[in-house]
Amino acid sequence: MSVITARQLARTFSTKRGRERSEVIAVAGVDLDVDEGEIVGFLGPNGAGKTTTLRMLTTLLKPTSGSAQVAGFDVATQASEVRRNIGYVSQSGSTSGDARAGEEVVDHGLLYGIPRAQAERRGRELFEQLELDGMWERAPKTLSGGQRRRLDIAMGLVHDPTLVFLDEPTTGLDPQARANLWMHISDLRQRLGSTVFLTTHYLDEADALCDRILVIDHGSIVASGTPEALKREVSGDLIELTVGSADDVAAARRVLSALGDTTIDQLVISVRTPTAGRELPGLIRALDAEGVVPEAVEVRRPTLDDVFLNLTGRSLREGA
Amino acid sequence: MRFWNETFVVWRRQMRMNLRNPAWVIIGLTQPILYLALFGPLLEPLAAQIGADNAYTFFVPGLLVQLGLFGALFAGFGLISEWRDGVIEAERVTPASRTALLLGRVLRDVVLLAVQGIVLIAIGFLFGLRGSIGGMLFGLLLVILLGAACSAGSNALALTVKSEDVMAPILNSISLPVLLLAGILLPISARSGAPDWLIIASDFIPVKYVVNAVREVFTGVFASSAVLWGSVWTVVLFAAGLYVGTRTFRKENA
Repeated sequence: MSVITARQLARTFSTKRGRERSEVIAVAGVDLDVDEGEIVGFLGPNGAGKTTTLRMLTTLLKPTSGSAQVAGFDVATQASEVRRNIGYVSQSGSTSGDARAGEEVVDHGLLYGIPRAQAERRGRELFEQLELDGMWERAPKTLSGGQRRRLDIAMGLVHDPTLVFLDEPTTGLDPQARANLWMHISDLRQRLGSTVFLTTHYLDEADALCDRILVIDHGSIVASGTPEALKREVSGDLIELTVGSADDVAAARRVLSALGDTTIDQLVISVRTPTAGRELPGLIRALDAEGVVPEAVEVRRPTLDDVFLNLTGRSLREGA
Repeated sequence: MRFWNETFVVWRRQMRMNLRNPAWVIIGLTQPILYLALFGPLLEPLAAQIGADNAYTFFVPGLLVQLGLFGALFAGFGLISEWRDGVIEAERVTPASRTALLLGRVLRDVVLLAVQGIVLIAIGFLFGLRGSIGGMLFGLLLVILLGAACSAGSNALALTVKSEDVMAPILNSISLPVLLLAGILLPISARSGAPDWLIIASDFIPVKYVVNAVREVFTGVFASSAVLWGSVWTVVLFAAGLYVGTRTFRKENA
């Protein structure tokens, strides 16, 4: 069953500079479907329209055109019902630095209309699951970046939503805290059966967490599929051969050309092939016959960065 | 019922945070007391000239209005830092009424103002304030309504501009002319020697009528046109402030 359905969802912002009014298209018309229990990643560079789409799906922003059903309700006409059924973890945080962590979570639950005892019980449960034991009375400003992000997640889960939106959940965290947060996010589904929709501009994050990835660029979805399927679309593995001297480049290239189009970067000759493993022994023998001794041979499986480069002609660098 | 519950949750959270860090409450209270102690003595010899029997019965109402006006006008700054922490967005993603999110904050300012006002009047007595207790309570009520209007307006402005750097000059450019033209410190009238153009300019400042009304009720006079006009303007400002505030908080992309 589909828990998110969007059709031609679009958002235009009008900005005024002096007397001139100009329209900026943030999201150009997005179609997407997310099934119950899926973890879906929304991948794209900064400014691609990820957060705008997310804000429309979570009723924080009205679409200019198009429609979306979230958790069975229409975002434009049934905002209150949508809000009741979803959890949202924004990238800008959700708690006051000077408050008390536990009180923030309980108050948040009360605003969702759940009874006080239930909010308190659920809050303490979440603190335990998210490794925030002992932080109940702490002021959020005294927590580490990773702890504070987990507190935001507890805020988003206090009312037991079946659908959780996470906006750039690990931006700004150190590698250890990121890996820890990934574990908690995949836990959401295992423990609660929640559907998770997250945005990210980290490829490794999308790769590690998501069942399915939607790639967004310039306000439109340019590809959708499992990380594996997307990577398969990039035609195969990359073989990178490094030779010892400039004299060997021509011979090495002749050998590699048998597999496909080669590219040369100084002493490195590379070629794409669907089945690198199978080609390798023959390749080495042929190089040997030509008298070329490779300095290094590297086989790289395609990454989502390759996928992105392939789809948009631009590279999506980590941390960009 | 649900609406009042949500308002209460927001209000209690705000009160808790304010009481934990009462610096601003104390500063807000210290200022009128400084005026009372350092400016009040200057008014004593002038009392007869400006048409008052008792300088403090004349001066305390002005300070009360000033407290209501400025304490509440600057309340929006707190909202900007909450917005930066993501609190506003987190509250807006819940099904809670947008009006409740505003009203809980306005009620916090109302409570703080009521306490500060009572303390100010009590200290005024030490300096020599005398008058009608009923009138003082009525005056305090007018000031609280005015403060609620300012708080709603200030929170709405904060949510619109979302930057202290934009907000501070706007508030300062409003508050100083109002402070001077409303006759909060010294009355603007022919009797106090004000030129005609200054009197006409001050007629356009609604707060002036509120100040005049509060002064009258402090002396025990209720049935006068000044009290009537002051009350009417207070209610008008209160309604306008809440209207603007609610509309801003209900706006979809605020």
